[in-house]
Amino acid sequence: MTAPAPASAPASALRSGLSDGLAVMSRNLLKLKHQPGQIAATFAFPLVSVILFGYVFGSAIPIPGGGNYREYLMPGLFVMSTVFAVMGALTVIAKDNGLGVMDRYRSMPMARSAVPFGQTAADLIIAMGSLAIMALCGLLFGWRAHNGVGATVAGFALLLLLQYAVSWVGVFLGALAKNEETAARIGPLIMPITMISNIFVPTDGMPAILQTIADWNPVSAATAACRELFGNPGLPAGDVAWPIANPVLATVGWCVLLLVIFVPLSIRRFRLAGL
Amino acid sequence: MGTHTGDAVVVAEGLRKRFGQTQALDGLDLTVPAGMVYGVLGPNGAGKSTAVRVFTTLTRPDEGTATVAGHDVVRDAPAVRRQIGLAGQHAALDEQLTGRENLRIFGRLFHLGSKRARARADELLERFSLDHAGDRLVKTYSGGMRRRLDLISSLIISPTVLFLDEPTTGLDPRSRNEIWDTVRELVAQGTTVLLTTQYLDEADQLAQNIAVIDTGKVIASGTPDELKARIGGRIDVTVGDAAEIGEAARALAVLANAGVEPDVDADRLLLSVSVGSDSLALPDIVRQLDQAGVKAVDVGIRRPTLDEVFLTLTGKPTTTTTEEAAR
Ligand SMILES: Nc1ncnc2c1ncn2[C@@H]1O[C@H](COP(=O)(O)OP(=O)(O)O)[C@@H](O)[C@H]1O
Ligand SMILES: [Mg+2]
Repeated sequence: MTAPAPASAPASALRSGLSDGLAVMSRNLLKLKHQPGQIAATFAFPLVSVILFGYVFGSAIPIPGGGNYREYLMPGLFVMSTVFAVMGALTVIAKDNGLGVMDRYRSMPMARSAVPFGQTAADLIIAMGSLAIMALCGLLFGWRAHNGVGATVAGFALLLLLQYAVSWVGVFLGALAKNEETAARIGPLIMPITMISNIFVPTDGMPAILQTIADWNPVSAATAACRELFGNPGLPAGDVAWPIANPVLATVGWCVLLLVIFVPLSIRRFRLAGL
Repeated sequence: MGTHTGDAVVVAEGLRKRFGQTQALDGLDLTVPAGMVYGVLGPNGAGKSTAVRVFTTLTRPDEGTATVAGHDVVRDAPAVRRQIGLAGQHAALDEQLTGRENLRIFGRLFHLGSKRARARADELLERFSLDHAGDRLVKTYSGGMRRRLDLISSLIISPTVLFLDEPTTGLDPRSRNEIWDTVRELVAQGTTVLLTTQYLDEADQLAQNIAVIDTGKVIASGTPDELKARIGGRIDVTVGDAAEIGEAARALAVLANAGVEPDVDADRLLLSVSVGSDSLALPDIVRQLDQAGVKAVDVGIRRPTLDEVFLTLTGKPTTTTTEEAAR
């Protein structure tokens, strides 16, 4: 048998880093092929949430300034599914840690940063798909983007930026979690983060402390930004917290902050783990 | 030294590694000659995995140095990684991918390029008789198949040194034999294998050289035969009358290693003692007993099992012994 010789020193660190990242990414995308269940869940989540929140809650919640509750709700659901994507990276990375796949990677002549970059890239591609599905569901149930192509594209670009930032948080938490069981226990903590926000109800009805938390929650800024860019109802007028008054800027700021913190932390973690 | 000799491919000097209160490695010295299976034998918690993690650049030692294929594992870690294969204690595979896809991804990560990675995956699956399962998801594999695929995954680049950390722990005898055959085949092709195990028969079957480690350091090393010879053997004497037990015990104590008292089973009139390898001549034993006025019904000499070697060296039984006893 002619076995390949031991891998030679890489011609270019950048090129091999890129190709390693692509390999990790395609590994994650390949998995979807074998998981029709996961794909079905990707379809089901927006459908179920639009029906559940849109029609069940929607009948009882008044919208500031009037309007259709499902128009009010959709931007929040986009943000919610984006934030839940943290679980994707978290679970995959934690599982790889638990099974020793990470150790094998680290014993191989590959770029150690390939794992976080490849993972977040795969997450981003998957998120594009699920946002598209969600938007179709929204259109089906009467949601519309009213501000023209430019603002609509900007809205989805903002969601993808948020998704990318959140995915790095997931990578870091996954590396901390060390196994799938711990990762599964972190999951439910995300729920309150999405709940204490303006996704489902306006924040001005909340007790003062909760309202402050909700107003400064990145989820609220992102939701308000989407409402603004898509021209959906529910933008509070008058004296509101800064992130709600300047939602697009605030969301970009939050994302940059998350990236600045979690990209170096994650890469460091992958380089030094176990040493 | 063993039957094969050659340049050392793994050399460890004074390795120390501490985790909180635990001194996992406590001055480990090891020299693994090229072209053989080198067995690192030790009970649970002895420091086997930590040693393997140091050699495979996953853990940095607190003190001491190690080289693999001539490269320092700390300073020259990337060079080491291009020469080694690792199959750890778990099957480090993606369960949601097929066996073939796992191998292809690993091939790409070894920078084979996707075409060669494909070809290599097919080749390895065929050669190690996993072709029939290559297109099934790994989560449908049996434990034995996972381990085998895991082992194969570490062969993508034909490593100079292959590290196997307890490759057969938890496997049924048939799967264990399959792993053993694979390891033998690899060594026949010139790969050096460092294999850790808690199973004495595994070390005995596969390894040309063994280092016994306990609490983070090597407490004995040599070929399996050398290790057995070192603690000599056991003499079993059955006497005809309970009154003779005392005399026989005194006679045997003379033959025994200094300070070792014979084990006495008064009900079965049986005495048993371990002796050095130079006291193992039957006529001497009989003469000694005769002079003491003991009429032995039966005198037997046994070479020790590796289990007994282990017990003598570490003062505690191996997990194999306890597990086998439990079965
Ligand atoms: N990452 C770690 N953190 C804390 N303790 C560890 C760690 N790794 C190993 N140990 C401890 O070091 C000792 C040696 O462990 P290990 O090398 O895994 O032994 P073996 O593989 O021989 O069973 C054990 O007592 C174990 O609990
Ligand atoms: Mg171990």
